[in-house]
Amino acid sequence: MLSIKNLHASVEGKEILKGINLEIKAGEVHAIMGPNGSGKSTLSQVLAGNEAFEVTEGEITLNGENLLELETEERAREGIFLAFQYPVEIPGVSNLQFLRTAVNAMRQHKGQDEMNAAEFMKLAKEISKQVDLDPSFLKRGVNEGFSGGEKKRNEILQALLLQPKLAILDETDSGLDIDALKVVSDGVNALRAEDRAILMVTHYQRLLNHIVPDYVHVLAGGKIIKSGGRELALELEERGYGWLGIKDEEPADSTAN
Amino acid sequence: MATTDQEVNELIKREYEHGFVTNIESDTFEPGLNEDVIARLSGIKKEPEWMLEWRLKAYRRWLEMDEPDWAHVGYPKIDYNSISYYSAPKRKEDMPQSLDEVDPELLKTYEKLGIPLHEREKLAGVAVDAVFDSVSVATTFKEPLAKAGVIFCSISEAIRDYPELVQKYLGTVVPHGDNFFAGLNSAVFSDGTFVYVPKGVRCPMELSTYFRINAANTGQFERTLIIADEGSYVSYLEGCTAPMRDENQLHAAVVELVALDDAQIKYSTVQNWYPGDEEGKGGIFNFVTKRGAAIGKNSKISWTQVETGSAVTWKYPSCVLRGENSVGEFYSVALTNNFQQADTGTKMIHLGKNTSSTIISKGISAGKSSNAYRGLVKFGPGAEGARNFTQCDSLLIGDRCGAHTFPYIESKNKSAIVEHEATTSKVSDEQMFLCRQRGIDPEQAVSMIVNGFCKEVFKELPMEFAVEAGKLLEVSLEGSVG
Ligand SMILES: Nc1ncnc2c1ncn2[C@@H]1O[C@H](COP(=O)(O)OP(=O)(O)OP(=O)(O)O)[C@@H](O)[C@H]1O
Ligand SMILES: [Mg+2]
Repeated sequence: MLSIKNLHASVEGKEILKGINLEIKAGEVHAIMGPNGSGKSTLSQVLAGNEAFEVTEGEITLNGENLLELETEERAREGIFLAFQYPVEIPGVSNLQFLRTAVNAMRQHKGQDEMNAAEFMKLAKEISKQVDLDPSFLKRGVNEGFSGGEKKRNEILQALLLQPKLAILDETDSGLDIDALKVVSDGVNALRAEDRAILMVTHYQRLLNHIVPDYVHVLAGGKIIKSGGRELALELEERGYGWLGIKDEEPADSTAN
Repeated sequence: MATTDQEVNELIKREYEHGFVTNIESDTFEPGLNEDVIARLSGIKKEPEWMLEWRLKAYRRWLEMDEPDWAHVGYPKIDYNSISYYSAPKRKEDMPQSLDEVDPELLKTYEKLGIPLHEREKLAGVAVDAVFDSVSVATTFKEPLAKAGVIFCSISEAIRDYPELVQKYLGTVVPHGDNFFAGLNSAVFSDGTFVYVPKGVRCPMELSTYFRINAANTGQFERTLIIADEGSYVSYLEGCTAPMRDENQLHAAVVELVALDDAQIKYSTVQNWYPGDEEGKGGIFNFVTKRGAAIGKNSKISWTQVETGSAVTWKYPSCVLRGENSVGEFYSVALTNNFQQADTGTKMIHLGKNTSSTIISKGISAGKSSNAYRGLVKFGPGAEGARNFTQCDSLLIGDRCGAHTFPYIESKNKSAIVEHEATTSKVSDEQMFLCRQRGIDPEQAVSMIVNGFCKEVFKELPMEFAVEAGKLLEVSLEGSVG
């Protein structure tokens, strides 16, 4: 489904991704782990088409289609979804309106009729229950004053609404309490499907107890330095990143965020 | 941002939707202004002697006044002798008695504007007084209003039919000498709207006026006078459009509101005059004096405005809070794009005890436009316990536009309380990326973010206007992403 070949990307003239190769097939779940500042979020953002990052080399295709030629919104409509590590607030725009606009943009792209307000309300309420967010969150401004955990659940809510082909989850498990982690993982598991791939960035192997990945990759210094199965995560948990030739919890590059 | 230059250019080129010219025969004065022109104007309108005197007094006063130059706008000097001061669609005989008698071309114009009078009459329950160039064309809904005792007619009619009311209140809120444009308007106003709501009456429907400047080289100088007698309530809406022309057109209106004891007036404007093209050519000069006098105790005056049009806007709807416990409100959204310039705001003059006022101003600048908020909050010596809350937010789209805030506070009473909040924000790249990542078009994303920014003001608008205002913002923002 997704194929990344020798991807190089930089931000403000600084190279962050230094030759990433990754193949993801439909139905698979891939986990990406790695030290802070190693480029995990950068990879996620580049896949989604954030123009703050410049792709200097390499290619990305989704089902054979060149993603690099598509605008952010076009990629989204082709089924790429990014759950943000730090979701941004949009004051005054109700979550409900935002979500309906997004869903209708996708539907329009697929040649389907727009959903009216009542239909959408019903659907949104159901899904907000599924991620354990009170429906009152639908009326609030997008992420406006949401707690960290609420923001993450709101991201999963969006993934469930938009039903993407490729869901990229950037540390959606960070900052969650135990119950919320369960809710979010159930949400992600609900997303798992034959025709959908999931790429999740995480620091914690505990998430992988809930969502069992098919592959685990270690990203360090802008490259994937090791790939393996589920057991690689356990090994990392035990041994840290040191044995792979990099220091634990240290940015591969000089500046960490 | 992501849209390519080409896309942006296409969007910018999208034309002003209301920019059509209606071909109807009209009687138009030769350009120029002098006492004879005023006498002729007054004569055509069959005005009583006192009205002509009033106009001439204003004219003589105006000749001694200077055009203001303190606002944060720049425009070429206006030659007041190159403007025609009267233009009216030619009529077969007298004023049309019903809609059926109105020139069908004219009705079509209104239809294009999205206000089919017939439809409105039946469906919307909105009484519309439509001003086309200089004269009122038709006023719908007269009958049910008359039953409630509400007078809703053109100001010309009011001058003839209700001279006592007009004489008692005209010019009491905005006197001749108030400012240059008000002086000019007093001398040459051609038509406008008159509303009187009697004691204890809640006006049974929203009253509405649509203004349109059609003829070339004409100025539109309408005059509106609304009087809410004791314990009454009225909500009044005004909408404006004009055709696209290369020359600038002048609009210098005066609106006076009078609220007696326990009366409430809610005045909403959605202004979409032609703003000029993307190079800044043409467009309306909108120099308007709007003021409400809350003279009765517990009276209330609210201004809500959504300003998206005009090349140059100079406008400060104000409240003079004379009555004890009287309340003034100003909710404003002013959007500028391309080369538009807006200098707008409000004045809240607190004279009475325990008077209170609220100002919520949302300024949005895009393109190379300039948007200034100018607000004065003044407390007289008698304004014991008076208070004001001001919130002034600016939103910038792109980095070639400007926003300026000029708040002035004058207090002659120590017990008065003022709270002032001001923010400036940008539509951030992160917000745009989030919207686009969810499949939303950049244009739609900006409009959604801007609408969110304006929410506090939109919720003050009557329902159908709120929808219209949202759409207007969308149209006005076209081409702002790039
Ligand atoms: N907009 C930017 N400007 C400058 N540097 C940036 C920018 N965005 C990312 N970087 C840098 O790129 C590097 C990789 O950042 P990235 O966010 O991809 O790391 P990460 O692997 O997601 O880390 P974490 O585990 O802390 O989330 C960091 O050194 C960071 O400082
Ligand atoms: Mg990260």
